[in-house]
Amino acid sequence: MLKKILVVSAIVLTLGASSSFAQGKLSIYHWFEYIPQELLNKFSEETGIEVTMDTYDSNETLLANLKAGKLGSFDVAVPGDYMVSIMNSEGLLDEIQPGELSNMGNIQSQWMDVSFDPGRKYSIPYQWGSTSFSVSRDVFGGDIRTMGIIFDPPDELKGKINVLDSQGEVIAMASLYLGIPQCTSDRDQLQALDELLQGAKENWASFNSDGAKDVLVSGDAAVGMIWNGFGAKARAEGANIEYSYPREGLVVWMDNVVLLKDAPNRENALKFMDFLLEPENIAAVTNYARYSAGVEGVDEFLDADLKSQPESVPPADAPAGSFVEPCDEEVQVVYNQIWTRVKQ
Amino acid sequence: MQVASSVRSIPGFSLLAILCLVILYAPLLVVMVYSFNDSLSITIWGGFSLRWYEQIFFGLEAEKFQKAAWNSITIAFMAAVVATTIAFSAAIGVVRTSPFKGKNLNISLLSLPIMVPEIVTAVATLIFFSMISFKLGYTSILVAHIVFCIPFAYLPISARMQSIEKVYEEAAMDLYANRKQIFRSILLPLMIPGIISGFLLAFIISLDDFIITSFVKGAGVETLPTAIFGSIKQGIKPDIMALSTLLLLVSTILVTISYFLSRADLKNKLN
Amino acid sequence: MEPVYHQKRAFDPLRTWLLLPSWVVIGVFLLIPVGLMLLISFMTKEFRGGVIWELSLAAYDQFLFDRGLFGDDPPTIQWTYIVIFLRSIVQATIATIFCLIIGFPTAYFIATRDPKNRTFWIFLVTVPYWVNLLIRTVSLKFLIRDNGPINEFLLSFGLLSEPLGLINTNIAVQLGLFYSYLPFMVLPIYASVERFNFTYSEAAADLYADKWSTLRRIVFPNVVPGIAAGCILVFIPSLGAFIAPDLLGGAKNFMIGSLIEEQFKGNAGNWPFGAAASMILLTMVLIALLLYTRQQAKGEVR
Repeated sequence: MLKKILVVSAIVLTLGASSSFAQGKLSIYHWFEYIPQELLNKFSEETGIEVTMDTYDSNETLLANLKAGKLGSFDVAVPGDYMVSIMNSEGLLDEIQPGELSNMGNIQSQWMDVSFDPGRKYSIPYQWGSTSFSVSRDVFGGDIRTMGIIFDPPDELKGKINVLDSQGEVIAMASLYLGIPQCTSDRDQLQALDELLQGAKENWASFNSDGAKDVLVSGDAAVGMIWNGFGAKARAEGANIEYSYPREGLVVWMDNVVLLKDAPNRENALKFMDFLLEPENIAAVTNYARYSAGVEGVDEFLDADLKSQPESVPPADAPAGSFVEPCDEEVQVVYNQIWTRVKQ
Repeated sequence: MQVASSVRSIPGFSLLAILCLVILYAPLLVVMVYSFNDSLSITIWGGFSLRWYEQIFFGLEAEKFQKAAWNSITIAFMAAVVATTIAFSAAIGVVRTSPFKGKNLNISLLSLPIMVPEIVTAVATLIFFSMISFKLGYTSILVAHIVFCIPFAYLPISARMQSIEKVYEEAAMDLYANRKQIFRSILLPLMIPGIISGFLLAFIISLDDFIITSFVKGAGVETLPTAIFGSIKQGIKPDIMALSTLLLLVSTILVTISYFLSRADLKNKLN
Repeated sequence: MEPVYHQKRAFDPLRTWLLLPSWVVIGVFLLIPVGLMLLISFMTKEFRGGVIWELSLAAYDQFLFDRGLFGDDPPTIQWTYIVIFLRSIVQATIATIFCLIIGFPTAYFIATRDPKNRTFWIFLVTVPYWVNLLIRTVSLKFLIRDNGPINEFLLSFGLLSEPLGLINTNIAVQLGLFYSYLPFMVLPIYASVERFNFTYSEAAADLYADKWSTLRRIVFPNVVPGIAAGCILVFIPSLGAFIAPDLLGGAKNFMIGSLIEEQFKGNAGNWPFGAAASMILLTMVLIALLLYTRQQAKGEVR
């Protein structure tokens, strides 16, 4: 019996290990649930390139995996704004030579010269959006255009707040609320930041990023810090919520497609990036993820309701957005301390 | 001999056992019910629908799910078989030999895989694999799974072995039975419940693993947890519920088959 | 026959060969990587994950001493991590006790069934675990939500006046851990109770007359190895668990598992510290295990 099992195991093992060898391949390292399968199929049909995709759940997981030994097994990845500059400084990215991408001109001018990749030498835009919070209108009828809802909530919202389990975004929002610069090394300001978060934590029910939508839909939370597209999905699923554009400022983010160093299929990676710069293709991503593209001419391909979606159309007086900045080591160490104390 | 005073049945124990099964199965009821939910959200009932099952079999991601399910089950099965074999062999070496120096060291070594936090094993194994240029893929997942399955197989097996008295082997040795005979006609039959327990624990722990797998797997090789994690993390989509229900169905069928096989087996022996 | 034969046991000559596979597999694929981590814990951290290969005790210093928010206050004892460790130990202990209270009777119940049905019962306990842990935990969360089915049921029958408010509490975490690891208690206990010869106990029952003393004095000592194995299999994984604390506890309070995870795949990105915390955890667990096995060895001699 045991022998039989071992023989069967050996056969299965060899079967499983031998994969098909196609000529053209592309290996993508991407976020969970962030690209429609239809679009990948379309790319394969147009180019004959076989696509495999692996997924990660945070910018830091991406970084840890690449640093621990996976560099060289993927062609492209999709890091967020600050992670592009970190990955670049770690030498994990390959430069896109001028002229290698024929659709480079499609990038909207405002996204060409970005702080995390001046001149777009290493990355192209994928999707961008804002991080703010949505408030249940069943529970609270007052003014929601202030971050005080999160950091100094009115009584009816205390203990009903879900916060993203994301150090960078929470601290960036808290800094905007206090009116202090991000990555400040001023001790009084850092102290104030620490005190604000320590105090605010008492009113928070949970830290949940992945379930940020669900807690709003189910009514478990009345206020949920959330990404705009995710908030739109929560509303579409029946939550009576309103997305806030706080007067203190707006945290924005952008995910970008990068060419990884030692990419096994560099040519195909460039083809894929060109593919994603076609308005029709990137619009398909936007329709799927409910965020915004950074490419000219996508409008005609967008779902009608997306164009008027309040989560994507800020009011006229909304403040300019600011990215989460990557801080230097000295400040980051203090941030880590503050965060550990919040979650202690 | 009064049957009434037998410890075979302790008042309240059957009640607790039933409670145990209720607790184990109650959340699965949620899974099953919501696999037929037409709505996308678990908290809203949108009417009965089979569309998620259709999606699993014929949808765009059907191939991915099927491949992942196949990988998961084959890896779990092989990892559990190998880990159980290693654990059984080690258990004989530790428990059924006379006390020796380094016994505790061996027990610690065998339990080491559960003591190291998963994320540490994951990162360390990935670093190690890339240091020795071990190609990441199906095999690397299997190797990593075998390692962390060992204690889950070893502990029930060694617990069982400790409750088998030495007298059996001693008697057999007195009768000049050789080791092979002792092993085949005494130790192995007595050990069956321990082996089954160890195998099952190893199997379910391998089936569940996400962190280590996600680090040591090669590009494009998915197991069920890595394939579905994304859709679970952003609020379980009903197709995942449908997939889970199907898995439950498969396991229930396997259990039923094994039940009837073992009955037939017993009958044969009795005849 | 010379009595010395009885000293030697049948499998003694084979011991090395029997242990060899486990040495090779664990030695190569775990001990070396873990040794690497031990090394990393004594290295300098690279900003945002990774290591610089220069000796440093910074990781252990961070674990033990509190130097204030800016790192230049005089060092005092660092309570943060001790509190996190203690919290995890308490949670894991409670979960283990829950598992034992439900798991022991279940294992006992199964072991006293008709022999041909026992394996079937054991399978029945493990079938739910074909469904991924995350899905099971999310479903559990759905059940115990404030406006979930359990609360609604109890409220509608007037058994409660307001929801239990379980979600995002420590009790929810304990419940989640208990649910995650229940079979890991049941199966080892079953494996050793099943061996127990109930005809002995029936004879003994005459001596003690009541079932509880028979259970305590005759059955219990015989199944201690099973109970110990079950407790180890529930307690240790619970210590490092993070799905239950994150999903059911609201991730408000770090447990060891989340703390260490944050060092490798979170903003903290401090590999040496993550490694050091793991090595401290590993040392604690190892010491506990060795104390236990020594105790057990003493018992055997007696």
